[in-house]
Amino acid sequence: MSKHHVTTVINGDPVEFLCQPNTSLLDVLRNELNMTGTKEGCGTGDCGSCSVTLDGRLVCSCLVLGVEAQGKEIQTIEGMANGETLHVLQRKFLEHAALQCGICTPGFLIAARSLLERNNNPTEEEVRFWLAGNLCRCTGYNNIITAVLEAAREMRGA
Amino acid sequence: MMEMRFETPKTAEAASALIAATAGLSKIFSGGTDLMVHMRSGNIKPELVLDIKSIAEMNVIAVENGGYRVGAAVNCMQLLENTAFAAMWPGVIDGANLVGSIQVRGRATLGGNLCNASPGADTVPAMIAAGAIASIVGPNGRREVPVEQIPAGPGKTSLAKGELIVSFFLPERAPHSGDAYLRFTPRTEMDIAVVGVGLSLTLDDNGVCTHARVSLGAVADRALLVPEAAAALIGTTVDAVALANLAAAASAAARPIDDKRGTKAFRIKVAGVLARRAAEKALARAKGNN
Amino acid sequence: MLTNTKDIQQVMKVVGTSPVRPDGVPKVTGQAQYGADYSLPGMLWAKILRSPHAHARILSVDTSKALALPGVKGIILGSDFPEHPFDYVGPERVAQNYWHMTRNIMAREKALFEGHAIAAVAATTAAIAAEAVSLIEVQYEVLPHCIDVEDAMKPDAPLLFEDMITRGVEPAPTKPSNISKRLEFSTGDIAAGFASADEVVEMSFKTAAVHQGYIEPHSCLARYGADGQCELWSASQGHFVVRAYTAKLVGMEIGNLLVHPAEIGGGFGGKTVVYVEPMAVLLSRKTGLPVKIMMGREDVFKSTGPTSGSSMTVKIGVKKDGTIVAAEGLFKFQAGAFPGSPVMNATMCAFAPYIIPNVKSVGFDVVSNRPKSAAYRAPGSPISAFAVESVLDVLAKKIGMDPLKMRLKNAVKAGSPTAWGPKHSHDGYAETIQALLDHPQYNKPLGKNQGRGVASGFWFNGGGESTASVHINEDGTVVIATGSMDVGGSRASMALMAAETLGVPYESVRSTVADTASIGYNHVTGGSRVTYATGIAVVEACNKVIEDLRLRASLMWDTDIKNVVWSDGYAKPVDPSVGNFEPLSLKAIAAKRGVTGGPIGYEASTNAGGQAPGFSTQFVDVEVDPETGHVKILQFVAAQDVGRAIHRDYCAGQIVGGVVQGIGWALNEEYIYDSKGRLSNAGFLDYRIPVASDLPMIEAILVEVPNPSHPFGVKGVGEANIVPPMAAIANAIENAVGRRMTELPMSPPRVLAAIDAG
Repeated sequence: MSKHHVTTVINGDPVEFLCQPNTSLLDVLRNELNMTGTKEGCGTGDCGSCSVTLDGRLVCSCLVLGVEAQGKEIQTIEGMANGETLHVLQRKFLEHAALQCGICTPGFLIAARSLLERNNNPTEEEVRFWLAGNLCRCTGYNNIITAVLEAAREMRGA
Repeated sequence: MMEMRFETPKTAEAASALIAATAGLSKIFSGGTDLMVHMRSGNIKPELVLDIKSIAEMNVIAVENGGYRVGAAVNCMQLLENTAFAAMWPGVIDGANLVGSIQVRGRATLGGNLCNASPGADTVPAMIAAGAIASIVGPNGRREVPVEQIPAGPGKTSLAKGELIVSFFLPERAPHSGDAYLRFTPRTEMDIAVVGVGLSLTLDDNGVCTHARVSLGAVADRALLVPEAAAALIGTTVDAVALANLAAAASAAARPIDDKRGTKAFRIKVAGVLARRAAEKALARAKGNN
Repeated sequence: MLTNTKDIQQVMKVVGTSPVRPDGVPKVTGQAQYGADYSLPGMLWAKILRSPHAHARILSVDTSKALALPGVKGIILGSDFPEHPFDYVGPERVAQNYWHMTRNIMAREKALFEGHAIAAVAATTAAIAAEAVSLIEVQYEVLPHCIDVEDAMKPDAPLLFEDMITRGVEPAPTKPSNISKRLEFSTGDIAAGFASADEVVEMSFKTAAVHQGYIEPHSCLARYGADGQCELWSASQGHFVVRAYTAKLVGMEIGNLLVHPAEIGGGFGGKTVVYVEPMAVLLSRKTGLPVKIMMGREDVFKSTGPTSGSSMTVKIGVKKDGTIVAAEGLFKFQAGAFPGSPVMNATMCAFAPYIIPNVKSVGFDVVSNRPKSAAYRAPGSPISAFAVESVLDVLAKKIGMDPLKMRLKNAVKAGSPTAWGPKHSHDGYAETIQALLDHPQYNKPLGKNQGRGVASGFWFNGGGESTASVHINEDGTVVIATGSMDVGGSRASMALMAAETLGVPYESVRSTVADTASIGYNHVTGGSRVTYATGIAVVEACNKVIEDLRLRASLMWDTDIKNVVWSDGYAKPVDPSVGNFEPLSLKAIAAKRGVTGGPIGYEASTNAGGQAPGFSTQFVDVEVDPETGHVKILQFVAAQDVGRAIHRDYCAGQIVGGVVQGIGWALNEEYIYDSKGRLSNAGFLDYRIPVASDLPMIEAILVEVPNPSHPFGVKGVGEANIVPPMAAIANAIENAVGRRMTELPMSPPRVLAAIDAG
């Protein structure tokens, strides 16, 4: 199968790659581009570990084809911090022990950032329902929810 | 090795022509949230995959003749974010808000959900209850079909080769109308519906139901339109007796299977329970609307 | 010298706080490397051919077409692995049999479960490897199968091993069966015990197999050199154990295998064994290139060990005043395709929280056509606790006694007997019950269709072998290394204990996990043993360093070592009479190390004993929808004796995490098989673990009754918390809608059927 040539923007940087048409964006990120921050937990859109944003829209990268990245903007976990400065969500996850093994963490951070960009004052219930697509097996979600609410509070300047 | 072509047609007619020119299996790639899973598992090995998300008429959400035209490639999140549409069709929104997860809703589309033809699809019962009409482009031109006629069995549609749904028309809403979609799942999110009920009703100025449509999902080989269930409401004030009759009619119409998601007995019983609850929700919305 | 906790000041400087963990930034930025995140130049991808049949004889395997595919570099079968003698080695509770283990990695004579690995292909791309797998031709003779434990025990059940004679039965049976072992723990006179009871309840229970559900599939990367030296990057709960198993299974000397600890994306016991590592090593040896294997999610469910499904009968007798006088349990556990279910744990833990003079606890380990069971968080104990804690609840109602108070009345403490011999050596259980009795919400009234349930649980906790090293850098900062994989923040706990012992700030301690060539032996990160045993090793190494720091200071001050004390991170004169010496920091002493003896660093090893068990007592409030059987968790409070919390937030996190796994186990998780013995729900869509919107905030109460055998009083926290939730929820459902659920999971169709049955 011949490969397609794709031109895209990832975390603000221009990126080009080759991929077969049936390769997922997740596999492109991890295996073509060595961006292993985005994780595969299931490959079928049931766990959210592979979450990225595509033109600002929160999606599972295992359900997107690599060729669809053409002309679009992708944000991954690698672009979340600003140089040495962590995003407030990343800081809050650390401060509130919102990770144990950490494999689900990149997916949760991308998903939570997407929520707070739309709603900077979510209720606990809104946070839980927005993040229902991200599975965590270690933490029982307590500290993740707290970290997101605390990040929202700081972002509001409250 | 599976040879696969990927094309991004700019018009529906171009998509239709590409399919006609392909001897092997062609698949429409809408949101891809079902197709990608089928492809990964090897269940589906398409020769041609058509990304239709660049086709303009498949991406509209616009008022038309007092109702709404919604493109088949509009994703669930776009639909949820359209407050005007959500105000007119909260039941359709109920369904769109339950597909998968936020990540899945960012991609999944009404067209894809309908044409994937899973009997448990979450957007389908409310669309049927709404009386939505599918606008289809194919080798023989355009045609209109009520959405309940599209699913033809698990994974099968009534569309001919080369046909694709480009948009849906939802009719103008009469005053005192309300719709709702409820489903039963073991978890609060992420599950495929074990039972789904879409229900739309209209009341007259005296609170009597003049029009109703009831659709059941996940309790047969396709989503069902259940006229007997609607009949239980029409001419009543949707009181307890009418609701009990509705529940009984819904349970009677259900012809489910036992599978890993639920037993026959459970689905039959819960179909009645959810029909009643969906009617109560639609009624409350109808009374809230003038 | 280990310091007894009684001698340590009660006020800790850093122990008990919740600082950011050293591996935190890499994990929130996506930089941390997990098992699937490693690559090497020239790397091959491997894919595995797995049996589509639950039980089949393998008649032939033809790999010729696959080998001919361009890009395919090597294929291995079960016959490429060395054979091992049939022998159970090691202590009974954790015995291994390598004849079984090698066949679990890759089938030989028979495929014993759907998903059993038959062959593995290494190729230049994953797509080519996958295509090659589809070209391998296997001739199977499909055999009848059995999965449920009762079915597997029937006299006419299809046999997995035609020569399996049940161990632990005298005289030994003459006919083979699927029953690998019978075991029994008895004390007192069970018949007399029941005769003396005022109330007796006997009930039977069934539980389905559940998977640990870690989000990270098994992955590894192996590079085998022409010199026989192999490096392996593997996500596991114990790289030394991975090294030992892998070396033995492929026929290598341990010293030729170096295992790097990749970060791990969850294990819960399921990653204390190997699946892909031996295959990757053999393929790398065969092809001369690095080989990467990553399991897909479906393969994880189909071919890695879930825990056992079970059939149980429990009978308990009590006096009117709540005293338990007799307890009997029969526990039949599904081992999967090879012997080794956690039934021994289950029979021992079942009645362990209670002082009972007459006990008979019998267990059966039964093979069936399903993947070999692997450890899952307090393996076995949650299953038997479901039965025992349910029966206790029924009895409490019969005698009109509060269920917590009945447990308190019979609670074990230091000196209490166990059914398997040794006495309990620690308090702590009663304190967890009291914590709930004192909880303001425990007596809060509930509404319609709502109910509250309680349950307790016990887990042994582990000690065992750990090694730690502590080095003082030239600038006085500290590096510590252990060989304990960090699953949940243990690097931070080690740093806290080191910082507390040395008297230095937490931030000055670098806490690392070293590979198998860079540190001495460490047993697995599992069994709730790391903060305990590896912590002991860390503290011991720090104490050795402190002795050396005192010596260096004494040389720098030209005084006797007995005149130097170490206090708050400084060497100080024991009193002013020694001389007018300013306290010396680590930095100051390190600066002079060249003239006082050279680099400052020590390693310490331990084979830790004296660990205290874990006790947890929990209450849960539920609401049941009587028309659908849906159960909603309204509130969940879990108290656990942790000895002393080193990192408070990570300690509490373990409790919350285990409770939520228990909630999933109670309500929705199960392995669903079709009539051909194939798994119907091999994915996270239909294997339903709890999602965030299913749950409220779970409350964890850290009860601290220190263990004097650990310098800081630590008791292992990881596991005891998953033992009570299933029974607690069953007891709550009973109080909500008056129905007793005896089968797990208590899914909506089952609850609704129970409600409708009346």
